[in-house]
Parts: sequence; structure tokens; C-alpha cells
Amino acid sequence: MSDPTGSGTIVHPDGEPSETAAKGRRMTASPGSTRPGTEKRQKPGRRGAADTSTVLAVPKGRTGAARILLGRDAVMIYVLLVVVLYACIVIPRFASPVTVGFLLLDVIPTLLIALPMTLVIISGEIDLSVASIAGLTSALMGVLWQGGMPIALVLVICVLAGLVAGAFNGVLIAYLGLPSLAVTIGTLALFRGLALVVIGDNAVANFPPGLTAFFTSKIGGTGIPTVMVGVVVLIVAFAIVLHFTPFGRGLFALGYSKEAATFVGIDVARSKFLLYLATGTVSALAGIYWTLRYSSARSDNASGLELAVIAAVLLGGVSIFGGKGSIPGVLAGVLLIGTINYALKLDRVSEVVLIIVTGSLLIISVVAPNVAAAIKQARHSRRVRSAPLP
Amino acid sequence: MSLDSKSAAPAHPAPGHQRRSALGSVLKLRELPVILALVILVTVTAALNPLFLSEQGIKDLLLNATILMILAVGQTLVIITRNIDLSVGSILGLVAFGTGSVFVAAPNLPIIAVFGIGILFGAVLGAVNGLLITVAKVPALVITLGTLYIFRGINNAWAGGTQYFAGDRPEAFGNLSVDTILGFPVITLIAVVVVAIVAVYMLGTRPGRDLYAIGSDPEAARLFGIPVTRRVLMAFVVNGALAGLAGVLYASRFNSVGATTGSGLELDVVAAAVVGGVAIFGGSGTVVGAAIGALLLTTITSALTALRVDKFWQQAIVGILILAAVVIDRIAGVRAARKLRIAEARNV
Repeated sequence: MSDPTGSGTIVHPDGEPSETAAKGRRMTASPGSTRPGTEKRQKPGRRGAADTSTVLAVPKGRTGAARILLGRDAVMIYVLLVVVLYACIVIPRFASPVTVGFLLLDVIPTLLIALPMTLVIISGEIDLSVASIAGLTSALMGVLWQGGMPIALVLVICVLAGLVAGAFNGVLIAYLGLPSLAVTIGTLALFRGLALVVIGDNAVANFPPGLTAFFTSKIGGTGIPTVMVGVVVLIVAFAIVLHFTPFGRGLFALGYSKEAATFVGIDVARSKFLLYLATGTVSALAGIYWTLRYSSARSDNASGLELAVIAAVLLGGVSIFGGKGSIPGVLAGVLLIGTINYALKLDRVSEVVLIIVTGSLLIISVVAPNVAAAIKQARHSRRVRSAPLP
Repeated sequence: MSLDSKSAAPAHPAPGHQRRSALGSVLKLRELPVILALVILVTVTAALNPLFLSEQGIKDLLLNATILMILAVGQTLVIITRNIDLSVGSILGLVAFGTGSVFVAAPNLPIIAVFGIGILFGAVLGAVNGLLITVAKVPALVITLGTLYIFRGINNAWAGGTQYFAGDRPEAFGNLSVDTILGFPVITLIAVVVVAIVAVYMLGTRPGRDLYAIGSDPEAARLFGIPVTRRVLMAFVVNGALAGLAGVLYASRFNSVGATTGSGLELDVVAAAVVGGVAIFGGSGTVVGAAIGALLLTTITSALTALRVDKFWQQAIVGILILAAVVIDRIAGVRAARKLRIAEARNV
């Protein structure tokens, strides 16, 4: 099987050059015999496109600027921009600082937890216990404050509690090797249960007014909440860790194949443990935010948030199988859901329809690429069949 | 070589050896930990509070477990194929509200027809899940998370603020969860029959065995000639139908059905299956185990009340149980792997 062009640029459908895939293909194919090649061509698997392109020399995928401008993340951002523009034009009173303020205040908990969740899902795991950790910190905060502890100490203890909760998940998943889905369903019940044990069905509301006012305050006349500064710092930190450090790139490798990641020297257990520490800590921050924003500490704060966060992350282009995703895409996903919900609310669409929109968006976002790929594949294989063999 | 020794071994079994292996197979049952936990829980509670095992006490225990049991059985089918269905709570809610509406719209419809409508409705919703997952080849976790929202949204839009109360339904329908046969509530008997049918189906029929094969290794199952797509679709349809049945029973058991009926139930259902020894990544576990897991989870609530333990502890204990089940499953898996390694080493 000869490469008709003689050039070695084989590009994956994803747009990532894969020299190794091409090399492996050449080594395994027996020279002279065309049969394995034809079989391969008629039944292209998921990664089959790269193989067929060695035969027909049709470079697939994009490179350079096109790759960034037409990628999955970019599409999400375009959709977000279109929705925002549309809402500004069509819906009265949407384009105002008030909108910006309330929209951001509403999405901050989802946004915060979505950051570590992105890393966790990219590494091929999941964490369903995040909302329960937020609830637990909220309950703890209420009880400690009620007990007369200074607020600064309360906040430190709450963050530490989140860290411990995350470490608990991390030990079970990373070091004992238990399946994360099952473990975090367990800790979802456990942490929510502990929240109930801590605070019962009481609610604590008398937090220092200065602090609660700070958490709903805006920067000047822009409508941007002051807390957003901290959130942006976290976003940048997570983006740098994921996209510009060896640790972050290791997570993608981990998501593709744990064995391979081990062999290239990634400490799989340690990486996973650190991720769960991060989800625990950030969930605690989200719990603190939730408590002070609504100035109410209750055991059922933020319940059900885990599914909303995961929906937003997946909508943002992170693959549930791991190995694929980015922080900008997730940001666009979170903001898209937030904007649509807020716009529909302003447009007096009843709140009940909103969850239909969230669900449909999630399904469309995962089904559409597969359908598009299937159509492309069908077209490609028809062309391959009709083309003469080299 | 090794083939000979293997085929010869069962031909001349030492009698003592056989007995030990029978005992061994009981000890190796995946359901054993959950059965033990249930027995211990019930014994301890009954010893401390004799009222716990009174006739009414047992009836309440069974009634509480019924709906979760049926849902757990359906969920088990899906989990065994290495999928998951998070939308069952929403399906149950839609069907329960649908049942209420049917009775209001057509009060003279025979009850059995209402059951038929409910099960069919659930099966259709399950088929939506199954088709999206098998045809579009998208992970079940994502799709059913989406349909969890969509079905719930449809339920909200349909119900709005409306609620149907027990008074809107014929008395005979409500009596299903009051009347008993031989001390067992009628709806519990329905659940037991469902568990038995599905258990036999999973143990003794080809499609049932296929589900295990698919869950162990989908690729191998496909190469082996198992119609994977059709079987997985079937698992989702059956799960939907069972959630539909659970929805109808919910309407019979509880006073009101409305927009939020059954929300948040999905994780309880998965928890029941996991506690009952169903491996979350498919390929092993039984519906009987899942049903006992459901019984255990609901019994804990009653037991804590009977023992006057603070009710707030209940959810934390459920969480610990789930973690214990996962750890036990892991230990069993490690031991089985070690045994296999030793056996292979001997054969070489």
C-alpha cells in the first residue's frame, strides 16, 4: 500500500497531526496486498478517516488559524454572541447593566464549579458530589457563625472543610481505584446528609450585612459584580493550569488512556487526587458564595446543582469520555445557558420551559456533531468507493 | 494439557469438595453483603423495638420499598449493559401525573387499562432515550441527563400548578396500596412478580444473557454476533416501561401527584442498584440484588425512626452504605483477579 502523494502530512479528523498513527498504519499494512486496504475503506471505524486519507491523499482537518476559528470552542462562542445580540435587539430591557449584574450573579456558582469539573471530566472521571460539598460548607458556615466564631475564621474553616471533603473523594478514587461515578453518588448522599446533621432544618440568616452587601455589590455603573474579579482570577488560573502546564496536558493524556499516561511518566493517582482536592475547595467557595449572596445558610443550598454544572460543561464541548475539552468552551457553555435562561425569563417565558431548553441544548450539542460526522463519513465512503484504486 | 485436567475435574468430583463449593458459591454471592446488612438491620431494630416487626410495621416497610424496587430492577437492566438512565425520576413523574389526568378525563376507564396506558407511556419515553443513545451513539449519561430536564420540563409545562389528589381517583385504585393478600400489600406483590419475571429473564434467556455480555465487553459482544443496538434499545424500553409502572403505582400509593413528583429519585435508584451489588460499569449484578438494595435503603429510614435516631442522620448513612458497597465490590474484584492469576500460573 503506497502513499500516492509521498508526503507525510496526515491529519486527524480532530485537526491534530498524527505522525504516529500514519507510521503505525504503514507498518501494519502488508505491502502489495490491497485487500486489507479495501476492507478498511468500506468499513471505516471512528478513527478510520485518517487511514483512508493516506490512500486518497485527502488531508482532513484544519490547521493554523482555521483550526482555532472553526473549532468546537469557537462555534460555542459564536452561538453565545449570536444569542446575546439577538436578545439585545429583540428583548426590551435586556441590554442594560442590570442584566449583566443579575445574569452574572446567577451563573457564578455554576461557573465556579464548572472549572474544576472540566478538568475532572477531561481526565476521564466525574464528580457528582460538588453540590453536596457546597451545601455542607453552607451548613457549617451557618452553625459556626451562629456559635459566635469570627467570620474570617468561619470562612477559613469552610474552605478547609471543602478541601477535606475533596480529599476524601480523592483518596477513594485515586488511591483505592474505585469508580468515580459510584463513589461520588455515595458522597453526594453522605455530604448532604452531614449538612443535615450539622444544621438540621434550621436556617441561619444574620450574616454581617457588610459582607452580604459586598457579595451583591457591583463595580461602578458597569453592573459587573465585585465578586467577579475573584472568579476571573480563578478562571485564568484554571485555564493556565489546563492549557499551559505539563500537569494540564497530562490530564488530556489521562483521559485518552490511563495506561499510556502511566507509561509516559504521568503520576495518575496524584493527578486525580489533586483534581478532587480542587473540586472540593472550589465547591466550598461556591457554597460560601451561595450562602452570602442569598444570605441564608441551609442544608439544602445548591442541591441539584451538580447536574446543571455537568450539563453546562458537556455543552461547552468537553467529552464525557475524557481527553477533550477546553476552558474557553466551557465558559461559553455556562454563559450560554445563563443567558438563554435570563433572556427567556425577561421575555416572560415561564420558568418551567427553561429546563426543557437546557436539556435540549445538551442533547443537540452531543448529537449534532455525531450526525454531522456520520453524514460526512457516508459521503466520504461513497466517494472512496467510486474512485479508482491507485 | 490444561484442557484435559479441566474436563476431568468435574467428572470425578470428591463429594466433600462439591459441598464446599456449594457453600463457597453462597459465600461468593454478590448479593450476600446486602442480604446480611438487611438481616442485621432488621434483627437489631426488632430486638430494640418490637413494634418494628408488627404486622403494620412490615406492611409499611414493604409499601415504602415497592416503587424504588421496581425502578431499581429497570435501572439494573440498563446498568448491566454499561449504560445508565438518569431520567427515571422524570419518567415516573410524567406517568404519575398522566395517570392522575387520565382518571380525571375518563373516570370510568377500567384500572387495568390505566396500567396499560401508563406502562406504554413509560416505554415510549424509554424508547426516546434508547433511540437517541443507540442511533446517535452518544453516551447514555449525557442523553439521559438531557431527557431528565426535558421530561421534567414537559411535566412542569403540562401540570403547571395543578395537582391531582387521591379523591380524584377511583377508590379501587387507591385500595391497591391498602389491601393485602396474605399480609402483603397488593402493589408490593406486583413488584415481587416484576422482580421474579425479570430475574428469570436475565438468568435463563438468551437476550437476558446477552445484556451481561454487552456490559462486559461491547466490542466482543458485537463480534460474537449479539445484536448490541437492539438489546440496548430493549433495555431502555423495558426500563421506561417499568418506570411507567412505578409511576402508576406512585399515583395509587401517594395522595398527590404534580409537577415535581419523583424529582431527585434517579440517584436513589442508582444507589439502590449499586448497594445491591450491581457493578456500575456493567456486566455483573442481578435484579434480585438491586431489589434487596432498594428494600435496604428504604428500611433504613424506618429503622432509624424506630430506633429514635435523629432523622437527619439517615441520608449520611445511605451515603456510607453506598461507599461500603463500592469498596466490597472492589475487594471482591481484586480477590477474583488474584485467584485467576494463581489458577493460570498453575495451568502453565
